[in-house]
Amino acid sequence: MSFLDIVNLQKSFGSAYAVKNFNLSVVRGEFVSFLGPSGCGKTTTLRMIAGFEHPTAGLIRIDGKDVTNLRPNQRKIGMVFQSYALFPNMTVAENVAFGLKVARKPAEEVKARVAEMLKLIGLPHLGDRYPYQLSGGQQQRVALARAIAPKPQILLLDEPLSALDAKIRISLREEIRAVQRELGITTIYVTHDQEEALSMSDRIVVMNEGQVEQIGNPFEIYNRPSTRFVASFVGTLNILRAKVVDGASGRVAVDGQEIILPHGLPVSGAGEATLALRPEAITLNAHDASGSRLDGTIDEVSFLGSVIRIRVRLQNNIVTLDTFNNVGHRPPERGQPATISFAREDVLVLDEPQAA
Amino acid sequence: MKNSRLGSWLTIVLGAAYFLIPLIATVEFSLRMKRGEYSLEAYRVVLTDPRFQATFGYSTLIALATIVVGVLLVVPTAYWVQLRLPRWRPVVEFVTLLPLVIPPIVLVFGFLRLYNSSSWLPLTGSARGTDVLLTLGYATLALPYMYRAVDTGLRAIDIRTLTQAAESLGASWPTILFRVILPNVRVAVLSGAFLTFAIVIGEFTIASLLNAPAFGPYLQLIGANRAYEPSALAIIAFMITWACMGLIQVVGRGANRYRAAR
Ligand SMILES: Nc1ncnc2c1ncn2[C@@H]1O[C@H](COP(=O)(O)OP(=O)(O)O)[C@@H](O)[C@H]1O
Ligand SMILES: [Mg+2]
Repeated sequence: MSFLDIVNLQKSFGSAYAVKNFNLSVVRGEFVSFLGPSGCGKTTTLRMIAGFEHPTAGLIRIDGKDVTNLRPNQRKIGMVFQSYALFPNMTVAENVAFGLKVARKPAEEVKARVAEMLKLIGLPHLGDRYPYQLSGGQQQRVALARAIAPKPQILLLDEPLSALDAKIRISLREEIRAVQRELGITTIYVTHDQEEALSMSDRIVVMNEGQVEQIGNPFEIYNRPSTRFVASFVGTLNILRAKVVDGASGRVAVDGQEIILPHGLPVSGAGEATLALRPEAITLNAHDASGSRLDGTIDEVSFLGSVIRIRVRLQNNIVTLDTFNNVGHRPPERGQPATISFAREDVLVLDEPQAA
Repeated sequence: MKNSRLGSWLTIVLGAAYFLIPLIATVEFSLRMKRGEYSLEAYRVVLTDPRFQATFGYSTLIALATIVVGVLLVVPTAYWVQLRLPRWRPVVEFVTLLPLVIPPIVLVFGFLRLYNSSSWLPLTGSARGTDVLLTLGYATLALPYMYRAVDTGLRAIDIRTLTQAAESLGASWPTILFRVILPNVRVAVLSGAFLTFAIVIGEFTIASLLNAPAFGPYLQLIGANRAYEPSALAIIAFMITWACMGLIQVVGRGANRYRAAR
């Protein structure tokens, strides 16, 4: 039974569509991320759920109730903004108490709930500070506490970590997820950072140009992208151009070297196919000869610490792969011949091949 | 290099002289009421004059009423224009600037025509009615200053996101306006209020033509009939204005500290 239903949601500004045909069902307690490049309509969709934008068409249901025409202050939604948006004239405790006071909760209850929230975000001693006396990470934690204090039905976060530096971003990401799990609150999280989406979410909605490209759990999104856009936006991908040798049996040639695809192609004659390979699916100079193999030369070696990134040139195609640093094993050098190998199932076919 | 240094010093000295000599002369003159010695006699006479106390008290009350009307008029307007009607901004700005272009005499003649004792709303016929007219007239005169102060204050905070944050927490419009927006433009409102006070305290034209028992007409009356007291009054009025400006500086400084880390 889904808790949040979004049905055929559309939003246009003038003649341009910001969001089109958006459908999503979220179950109670789920953590769903909207992932996509800047301008793809993530914020607009989130703002329609919050009630700050009115959809051009479609409807939004929360817990079975149609809220499409409700004002934001009637929707019982908690919202966290990229810019924190704490009330500068109020202390941390007053900020957290705001929603509870607006709901006219009795004073003792407000006090207890504020203390509970401040403890939850790990800042029990900072209740009397003003927002300007806190670091960015602390401010965003207070904003989270303020949003969840009135026990909203849904928590919405719009790129909440984008303004913070990398280290805090990672620790706060874990903290947000822990708080969300502890409270079991249904959450929509907007981000353009695929690592954030992959590491935090139960499910990810990948968006592009106002439309949903794919909905799935992180494992599916990463390993079985259903569109070319998803494949190239999520993770880093090696794109290979191949000539179709025999479509029906899935035989193609990459720079003259033949490999077999996981499935046959729906073309009979010659043509071109675009293939993709994740860097971590590739092994360099493997000893056993199972799977597919391609020969080339080492083009570049970058030492990144625990990981060494190696670029192999086949002929026209270039493949990047990562290997772990190994003390007893020198990395290869430029110009050396190299063989890459990968399992047949790891090859993604991006475009349906065109007849030449 | 040295020449230009000298030039700027000369400018400063000339400017200071232009400003200070009349001031010093006025102070000096106001102290000479008693023949042959300097004394504060003129100030004593002025401050103990019951008409001074009555008119000054009246103008202070009108100024406070004007500030309340101005704040209630300007804060929601400026907020709404910034949040929802940014396209109307030039229009609203133009309207708020009109009082600088149209002389108060025009305003007060308009008042007299519209609200005289034989009109549909005879406000000039009673003392209370005159108070109302005076307050509204002063709110108009102070509009350019109040609006600009509040508008700048609103621009310094992210009212859009703050409003949305409050809205998502269930707040209604009055709550947002009075608990979130107004407290955060308190400093701007205060500077607008001090400017309003300074304008209202010394205003002559409207008060005189509406025949209101205000401080401005009293200043004029004394000025026309006495020798030393007007100088003392001028200095007092001058100090009130400067006290207002000083207070603006003080609250402004407080605000900077308050915002420094943002
Ligand atoms: N108020 C608005 N008026 C006009 N166009 C808008 C407005 N808000 C968003 N857009 C447009 O809608 C599209 C989606 O924007 P947005 O939802 O903010 O994207 P994202 O959050 O994914 O970066 C963009 O092309 C943006 O220019
Ligand atoms: Mg956005």
